[in-house]
Amino acid sequence: MSAWLPKSAAGRCWLGLAPSYFVIGIFMLVPMIIMGVFSFLEPNPYGGVRPVGSIAAYVKLFFEYDLDNNLVFNPGYLNIILRSFQLSFGATILCLIFGFPVAYYITLQPEHRRNFYIYLITIPFWTNLLIRTFAWIIILGRGGVIETPLLAAGIIEHSLRMMYTDGAIAIGLTYSYLPLMVLPIYASLEKLDFRLLEAASDLYANRLEVMTKIVIPLCKPGIVAGCILVFIPCLGAFIAPNLLGGGKKLMLGSLVQFQFASARNWPFGAALSMLLLAAVVVVLIFYARSARMRAQEEGSG
Amino acid sequence: MSQRMPVSSSSRRGKKVLPVGHYRGLGAWAVFFFIFLYLPIVVLVFYSFNANRMVMNWGGFGIDWYLKAFQNDDIQKAVWNSLIVATVATIFATAIATIGALVLARGGNFRGKTVSLGLITLPLMVPEIVTAVAVLIFFNAIALKLGLINVIIAHITFCIPFAFMPIRARLEGMDTSLEQAARDLYASEWETFRYVTMPLLMPGIVAGAMLSFVISMDDFIITLMVAGAGSTTLPVYIYSMIRRGLTPEINAVCTVLLFVSVAIVTAYWIVSKTAQSRAVH
Repeated sequence: MSAWLPKSAAGRCWLGLAPSYFVIGIFMLVPMIIMGVFSFLEPNPYGGVRPVGSIAAYVKLFFEYDLDNNLVFNPGYLNIILRSFQLSFGATILCLIFGFPVAYYITLQPEHRRNFYIYLITIPFWTNLLIRTFAWIIILGRGGVIETPLLAAGIIEHSLRMMYTDGAIAIGLTYSYLPLMVLPIYASLEKLDFRLLEAASDLYANRLEVMTKIVIPLCKPGIVAGCILVFIPCLGAFIAPNLLGGGKKLMLGSLVQFQFASARNWPFGAALSMLLLAAVVVVLIFYARSARMRAQEEGSG
Repeated sequence: MSQRMPVSSSSRRGKKVLPVGHYRGLGAWAVFFFIFLYLPIVVLVFYSFNANRMVMNWGGFGIDWYLKAFQNDDIQKAVWNSLIVATVATIFATAIATIGALVLARGGNFRGKTVSLGLITLPLMVPEIVTAVAVLIFFNAIALKLGLINVIIAHITFCIPFAFMPIRARLEGMDTSLEQAARDLYASEWETFRYVTMPLLMPGIVAGAMLSFVISMDDFIITLMVAGAGSTTLPVYIYSMIRRGLTPEINAVCTVLLFVSVAIVTAYWIVSKTAQSRAVH
């Protein structure tokens, strides 16, 4: 290329990667390390931190001080964390039940129609999450799209009070991340050799067996990838719990935001973020391990 | 919901024998799925034409709220901020991602390739709220208070992987024989890049730029945390509107933003599809 470029190939590689390393390293990796450090400092009452080491933020996850200044177990935050996991898990299962048959249905279609279906699935995904969640307020809310006709027809007498419930949050989460479940499952189903299904059927497998013994095992990588892609953003979700849970039924994501916006306890917010990050790392390690085991199985078998 | 799983062996009732691998009720399930996917969007657009002050009470058809939204100075300012942030972030992110993708796809196997790939896709794996917190703490620690520039820096960071992926996919799907042919015909490395690689890569770059533009326009959480007063973007402004009370004005603004996103994604779809079909021929 030009004279000023490094001569060696490796040198050029690193020069090309330098901007990526610079931006993501400085503005993502370093901030995450600082966040980790902040979680071990003392909070400043007006936001920010004081440079005094402390594990108070992590203690606060499980304990609180009572009137006599004794540490007592406080399940409050633990409950929020548990609920985040439960709701994320529930939403992931709902996405799977909802998404898998559709991914399979699309695989059965002729090719030009498949692309159109995939386009239809990606459209809501690329449109603003905030807007899509806001639309659910109009659907589920008091006097909303579901309630009004039911009230008018006399099927129900009182408001169903669907908003500000865990159910509403679960619906919002499911809706938000559904495409992330369908797309990887579709990607692995697309490679499925349908002759295998016929072979199984010829060998007297019934339809249920064809599904559970052939289709599902073969697209398991897609299912696992989809579940992870849904579970991780659900865990840190902020919009759905805030708008559909009314900010009272907190999840991890909204609890973190609250520490910075209102509570002004930065170390605690940082500690909660570290917890979230640890959960993600655990999930990803699990994923990497299952992928490696699968590769080994294929290699030996 | 689960009892309506189409997998339940309905074949025994068998009115007509289905081909192997087909299941009764799959089509109905897919219809139900797409209704679920599009119902909120339809409802949102429909209620934006509500003439009433309250979103939920239908008061006749009207476009008053669109007019009101267009005259709202705060919304105009938020739109400008969003456009500035998205444009600048897209330009930087796409340029950085293009160079990175070229190196990773064409640089052969060098040490640190996997690590580099992991680093570039890091913003995709970390939950958004964690990124938001980390960046907020970082800007605070180095006392960087440049208003919109803070927002732009954060956006460039998380847009890089979105620009990177279509570009890398394009590069890996590209036939290298054309580049080799150019080199054989005494084109310099620069000429090969300028006249062969770049034109072939262009659809990938355009697709990557469009994705990062949409992602930046739609980002909410990171901007909410990082943006100070005066650097409010449109999604952050919409959030404050929702918290103040539901009026069809929100629906009107949302509908406009929705159509902008759909238009860009549709354009992206067309670009990447024509690129695909051209690559096949």
